Formats: sequence, structure tokens, C-alpha cells
Amino acid sequence: MIELQDATKRVGNVIHIKPTSLTLQTGHFNVLLGATGSGKTSLIKMMAGLDPMASGKVLMDGQDVTKLNTQKRQISLVHQFFVNYPHMTVFDNIASPLRVAGMAKSEIEGRVEEAADLLQLRPMLNRRPHELSGGQQQRTALARAIAKESRAVFLDEPLANLDYKLREELREQLPDLFAGRGAVVVYATSEPEEALLLGGHTALMEDGRVTQFGPTADIYRNPDNLAAARVFSDPPINVARITVSGAQAQLEGGGGWSVSDMADGEYMVAVRPHRVTPFRASDADVELTGRVIVTELSGSDSSAHFRHGADDWVSLAAGVHPYQVGEDHSFYMNPAHCRYFGQDGKRVA
Amino acid sequence: MRTENQKAWFFVLPVLALVAFNALVPMMTVVNYSVQETFGNNQFFWEGLGWFEQILRSDRFQAALGRQFLFTFLILLIEVPLGIIVALSMPRKGFWVPVCLVLMALPMLIPWNVVGSMWNIFTLPKIGLMGYFLNDVLGINYDMTQQPLSAWITVIVMDVWHWTSLVVLLCYAGLVSIPDAYYQAAKIDGASPWSVFRYIQLPKMKTVLTIAVLLRFMDSFNIYTEPFVLTGGGPGNSTTLLSIDLVKIALGQFDLGPAAAMSLIYFAITLLVSWVFYTLMTKDDAQ
Repeated sequence: MIELQDATKRVGNVIHIKPTSLTLQTGHFNVLLGATGSGKTSLIKMMAGLDPMASGKVLMDGQDVTKLNTQKRQISLVHQFFVNYPHMTVFDNIASPLRVAGMAKSEIEGRVEEAADLLQLRPMLNRRPHELSGGQQQRTALARAIAKESRAVFLDEPLANLDYKLREELREQLPDLFAGRGAVVVYATSEPEEALLLGGHTALMEDGRVTQFGPTADIYRNPDNLAAARVFSDPPINVARITVSGAQAQLEGGGGWSVSDMADGEYMVAVRPHRVTPFRASDADVELTGRVIVTELSGSDSSAHFRHGADDWVSLAAGVHPYQVGEDHSFYMNPAHCRYFGQDGKRVA
Repeated sequence: MRTENQKAWFFVLPVLALVAFNALVPMMTVVNYSVQETFGNNQFFWEGLGWFEQILRSDRFQAALGRQFLFTFLILLIEVPLGIIVALSMPRKGFWVPVCLVLMALPMLIPWNVVGSMWNIFTLPKIGLMGYFLNDVLGINYDMTQQPLSAWITVIVMDVWHWTSLVVLLCYAGLVSIPDAYYQAAKIDGASPWSVFRYIQLPKMKTVLTIAVLLRFMDSFNIYTEPFVLTGGGPGNSTTLLSIDLVKIALGQFDLGPAAAMSLIYFAITLLVSWVFYTLMTKDDAQ
């Protein structure tokens, strides 16, 4: 378990991490999800003890490690680019932290071989990093992290520099590799899809802050704010302006439904594209009529962008649907899938 | 049938003419002199390999060659480790970086003969600041115009002062190109500063270090101006390095045949040792 308590980081006068409190558990992946420059790496470096904190505390398994140096925190870090000792063999690379720790030779061999087997590096143990492919180099770095058996493993966009196929292959393996090792696994990525695929918990990061943290599926279903709602959606989530008056919500371009527990006023409503369908799915559905602007087929899904009032909407439905660009179509949406946000972007209902 | 377009050769001609003019023709002139005897009036007599044999057998050449190897060996022994140490202790970022770089580059910007004169004046006993300081303040008997040991130390120190910067700057360039991630990995592993040097910095500096060693070898093996201005090869013959001896034979005695043969031997040795150095230092990468 790693706990951050009101941790902040600044470089000169620039604040890199605003006060952040976070509790990361073992047993599942903890994904830090955010755009480049949102503070993922800064947060990792703070937890790893590579960068000093301006204020706040870091606790590992209840022990205050804020002042403890990196080496004593028993952690591993795998970078986006492949970092291995250039003139050591793969075996020596994996063994290096164990040797520094003064482990017995026979135990080192056992551990290195176990890690090498997990990452299919056995035939490469006597090669040097420059003789390996990018995927093998990164697997060597991962093997070093696994052999070390640390309290925390930080993976900072470890797949970013690999080609697509390798990335998928390694991503599938990752949760298994670290399962049952008792380490807190922190995985930084800028791709929402990776967070969904890896499961576990996700911390959404924006501008040096964690905007929402929790089980990834919860964040997907119940985003705290409009920005969080926009993260996991491709095509982008539909956002439209509604007016609530007397427990009745009304879209600008026509279409209304009843809502509960919402005061009168102006709000934003967000619905994921696959919840807007070209057919009526239930009696509760609200009908939206709009002019189709663009249609796309991707695999066996079809999407239609249509204009409804002043807003552009997207519908994503399985199967091939005969849309006519420039003509009016009817789309249907169940209000149960709507999430409501105030003008400031905060979740209302 | 395919007709080959030979026009591309015309583009090579200017370069060929230039290289012929500034390298091939002078080189062949030397070869020409090395196998013939001339008494002026452009009259030449075939000598074969006689000059080469005479040079290689002469005590004078062997002594100069020995001094040359000793000099170059000492220069590499001092300048390479010193350059690495200075490069390691230079700041990697911040205000002092440009200051250090300019200070390092300064000695290399001074013309070679000026370096020689500077050190000559600086080290002359009684007159020079260092000469005076060593003799009259510290009481050390030092006179580079009289004692071979003093002369050698002065020549070596002068070269270290003049050229260590080159090794420093090359190594520094290698050091700053190492990503922070490597140092972080070492920190996480708890590697000692020695391990960081041995397993990260040294391997990453290897390419530039190879270049530094090669350049320092060639330059120090071919050195002429600075020791000539400083000691003129003296006292006696004690600091007469190969090039100084060569100039004495060629321009002092005007023995063009032996001088040409000696030039070619000199050139062959430089080439051979450079090749050996290069092969040894890059052997590891070729595996």
C-alpha cells in the first residue's frame, strides 16, 4: 500500500503537483491516466523518491518514507525508453539489483531464471541489450523489476515505444506478471483504452491534480466531472445543454424527459454514443430528430454524426444502418444513461 | 541494350583534382625523393630502399622514435584519465555550464607557437614566474634549458595544459547525452558511484573516448611546434622528438632523400598504431 498525503511538488516557482492525497493498493493495477504533462511522471518520481516533495507525506505499508532515499524504498521503475546497462548481458542486467543487495549467488540465479522464463528471455540471457529488439529490451527491464521483488513497481508508459502488436502482447501479459507478488503496481499511461484493458483502479490526472480515483469501471460509469466523462469515449461523448424546470428536462433542439432531484436551471447532459441508437430500444426512450452530417462504418459498427438544435451528436450502433447524409433521421436515447453536470463541469446527478 | 550514363564521373572530377593537387602529388613527391639521391640541378640517381635502411638502422632515429613513444605514452596516460575526471566533475546544467565550457576551450584557441613562447617565458629560471617560484621560493633546482628532466616535465605539463581540454570536452559531450533514466535506474538499484561510472558512464562515453584517444595519439605523436618553440629539442637532444629531428634533417642538413624516407616511416608508424588502437577499442562492438 502506498499513501500520499497532501503531497505537492514544485520546481522553482512552478507547481508540478498540486496537493494530492491518494491510496494505492496491492492486488490490482493502479493506472495514472492523463495527457502528457499532466503530472503522471512527477507523481511517480515523488513516490519513488527520485524527486523531492515540496510538502506532504508518502507512506509505504504505513511507514513514513518521505525522507527515505530511493534505494531504501525497495522499488522498481520501468521507463518509456529502454533502460538497461549497455555493456552487461541480459542475465547481468536482471541480476544487478540483486547483486547490489548482496544476495547469494544461487538465489540470484534462481530468481533471474524465473523472471527470464516469465518474459521469454531464456534464450537471450547471454546477449547484450544492443543485440535485442525493442520488445526484448523492454522485457529485460521488466524482468529486472520482477526479479527484484520490490514493494512497489512503477511502470511509466512502458509500452509507449513499442510497435502496436508487441504493445498488445505485452499489455495482456502485464497483469499476470505482477499478480500475487504483493507489490503495489502503478502504471502511467496517456491512453484511456489501456486503463480500461488493464482494469484495476484508475487515477485521472489533469494539470498536476488527480481529478478522480477509483475502480476504472466506476469512473467509466459515474464520472465526477465533465472532463472525466470525456476521457473514456471514442467517438467522443455527447454533451448538450438542457434546461430543467419543474422536474422536466428539455433539450434545446426538442425532446424532453422528467428528472428527479434537480433544481431548476441550466445544466449539461452527457450520454455515451453507443447509448444513442437509430431504433427504439425501450419505452422510456426519448426521440431526437436531427440532420445527418457525417456517417462512418468501422468494423461492424456504424456511427452517425447529426445536428440536433445547436448541438452535434454522435450515435454508435452495431450493424450497418442506411443513413442518408443531409436527411433527417430519428435517434433514441434512454434518459437512464444520462449524466448531468453543472455549468462548472461538476457532476449534479 | 542498356546504355550506361557516365556523366556522374564529371561530378567527381573537381574533388579528384583538388585531392590530387593537395595530397597525392605532394605525397608522391616525397616517395620520389625517398628512393633517389639528388645533388641539385634536378639530377636524380636511383637509391632503391637504401635511405629507408639507413634511417631504420641509425641510432639517432631509434633514439628519437623512443623519445616520441615515451612522450605520447605519458601524454595519453595523463590526459585521458585527467580529461575523464574533469568531465565527470563539471556541472551538467545551470549557470556554470557555459562558463566551464569556455574556460575549457580557451587553451585550445591559443596558436601553438604562442603556447610554446608562453611556456618558455613562464618557465625560464630567474626570469619566468614559475622558474623563479620553483628555484627561489621553493628551492627546487629547476632549469629546463639545462636539465633534461626539467625539460621533459615542462614539455609534458605544457601539452597537458594545452590539450586535456579536448578530452574533457569530448567526454563531457558523451556524458550529457546519457538520459536521466539511466541514473535513476542506478539510484533505484542502489549502485555505487563507481558502478555508475563503470557500467553506465564509461560504456556510454566509449565512442567519444575512442575518438579522443585517437586524436590525442595522432596529435601528440606528430607534435612539433610547441616543444620546438619551448626547448628547441634540447638540452642536447633530450626533447628532440621525431618531427623535430625530421625538420633538422630535411631543412637543417638538406638531406632530402633520408628525410623523405623518414617521413614515410613516420607516417606508416602513425597509421599503424592508430589502426591498432582503433581495432582494439572497437573490437567489442563488432562481436
